[in-house]
Amino acid sequence: MSSSRQIVADVVVVDYGLGNLRSVTRGLERAGAGVEVTDDVADFEDADGIVLPGVGAFSEGMENAGPFRDALLEQAESGTPVFGICLGMQMLLTTSEEAHHEGQGDVEGLDLIPGTNVRFRGDQKVPHMGWNELDVQREHPLVEGVDGEHAYFVHSYYADPDDADAVVATTDYGVDFPAVIANEAGNVFGTQFHPEKSGETGLRILRNFVDICAEE
Amino acid sequence: MTLTKRIIPCIDVDLNDEGEAAVYTGVNFEDLQYTGDPVEMAKKYNEAGADEFVFLDITASAEGRETMLDTVSAVADEVFIPLTVGGGIRTREDIKETLRAGADKVSINSGAIANPDLINEGARSFGSQCIVISVDARRRYDEDGEYYEEIDGESCWFECTVKGGREGTGLDVVEWAEEAEERGSGELFVNSIDADGTKDGYDIPLVRAVTDAVSTPVIASSGCGGPEDMYEVFTEADADAGLAASIFHFGEYSIAETKEYLAERGVPVRL
Repeated sequence: MSSSRQIVADVVVVDYGLGNLRSVTRGLERAGAGVEVTDDVADFEDADGIVLPGVGAFSEGMENAGPFRDALLEQAESGTPVFGICLGMQMLLTTSEEAHHEGQGDVEGLDLIPGTNVRFRGDQKVPHMGWNELDVQREHPLVEGVDGEHAYFVHSYYADPDDADAVVATTDYGVDFPAVIANEAGNVFGTQFHPEKSGETGLRILRNFVDICAEE
Repeated sequence: MTLTKRIIPCIDVDLNDEGEAAVYTGVNFEDLQYTGDPVEMAKKYNEAGADEFVFLDITASAEGRETMLDTVSAVADEVFIPLTVGGGIRTREDIKETLRAGADKVSINSGAIANPDLINEGARSFGSQCIVISVDARRRYDEDGEYYEEIDGESCWFECTVKGGREGTGLDVVEWAEEAEERGSGELFVNSIDADGTKDGYDIPLVRAVTDAVSTPVIASSGCGGPEDMYEVFTEADADAGLAASIFHFGEYSIAETKEYLAERGVPVRL
């Protein structure tokens, strides 16, 4: 178990009313971040990085994240690192089949990484729950040192970005789906798995994220 | 690679004489022996490669529950792998405070049997991924069941029991597993009263019957006496995870050697 680092960057974790933020907060702290859990967009301005966590349903997540949309888009545009985790990553895309399945029509995502979240097709068990392997496809500072390692996933939908170059790492679950994605500028990225639940590999990713933030 | 099979140590937490949380390990749901401090144990297992933890609150008291939640928080702050907490969860509020304490999933047993709507409510509020339904199954060789298995030439069904196996419910485990999944449970945790503490292996027909009936992940529990029992439950009963308590607590086998044993035989595990 790695010991805590000194604080090298200040990040905010967006609290939009879903899920357990305790682990992600503790994980980031251990990775060297000063962490503020906030529902106030005024806090985004001074942050070195923004974490969009999330569990649950896409449409509910987008609804709850509604008040943060403009500020998130603004920060992403200005180059602040924005890190979406699980549902938070799916929210970076344009839309999701999940909203259609739930009969909620089109629900707009943040569209920071154009694409759609799609459901697993095939006879694999859904949700995809457990530890699976990361296959790094291209360089990005977030995934330094984790190629071939295992991470913890819980999800039924996965991101399908329009631009194949947005895929940073994939995982095989009947289909090679994107486990890590990033925008062209490199400052907006996300993991389908939960780094805060992925042991040493997850902590390495959180440290990589904090290092990215420290460079800003 | 594909999804790995999970090896999960289960930790039963009770209060010691000083009112502190302590880990106990039992045989046939009885004869509990003190085996350690929960936070230290969680750290040790994390380093040894556990894929997840299950914490069961066996205090069954309001005071115990408070201590238990503090323990969950202490563990969640130290160990960055999934944590499932069960024992005494009966209401939406119980689910909420357990998740808030730092659990990733709650395991609900008799609380869901008494009030099946709790599953729907929990799944709707917090997501199916954190609702684990736990059953304490017992073999019955009479005509009251719904689904029967042939075991050694005898026809048997599996009944859901409560109170550590002391009380039957008349509910068929397979039927209940299907209903729980329908209502939104994200995972099933299958204990066997017959196999618990015996170290004679998991109840394979039981686990097989459940994995055949549902499409959500199944955690097999009770009866693990060593790595070969894990191998059997993964390959013959298609379990997604194997849970064990005493073999790890008493140091008979380490998690690492269990995983190596499985990996050598082609079972995908996280090494």
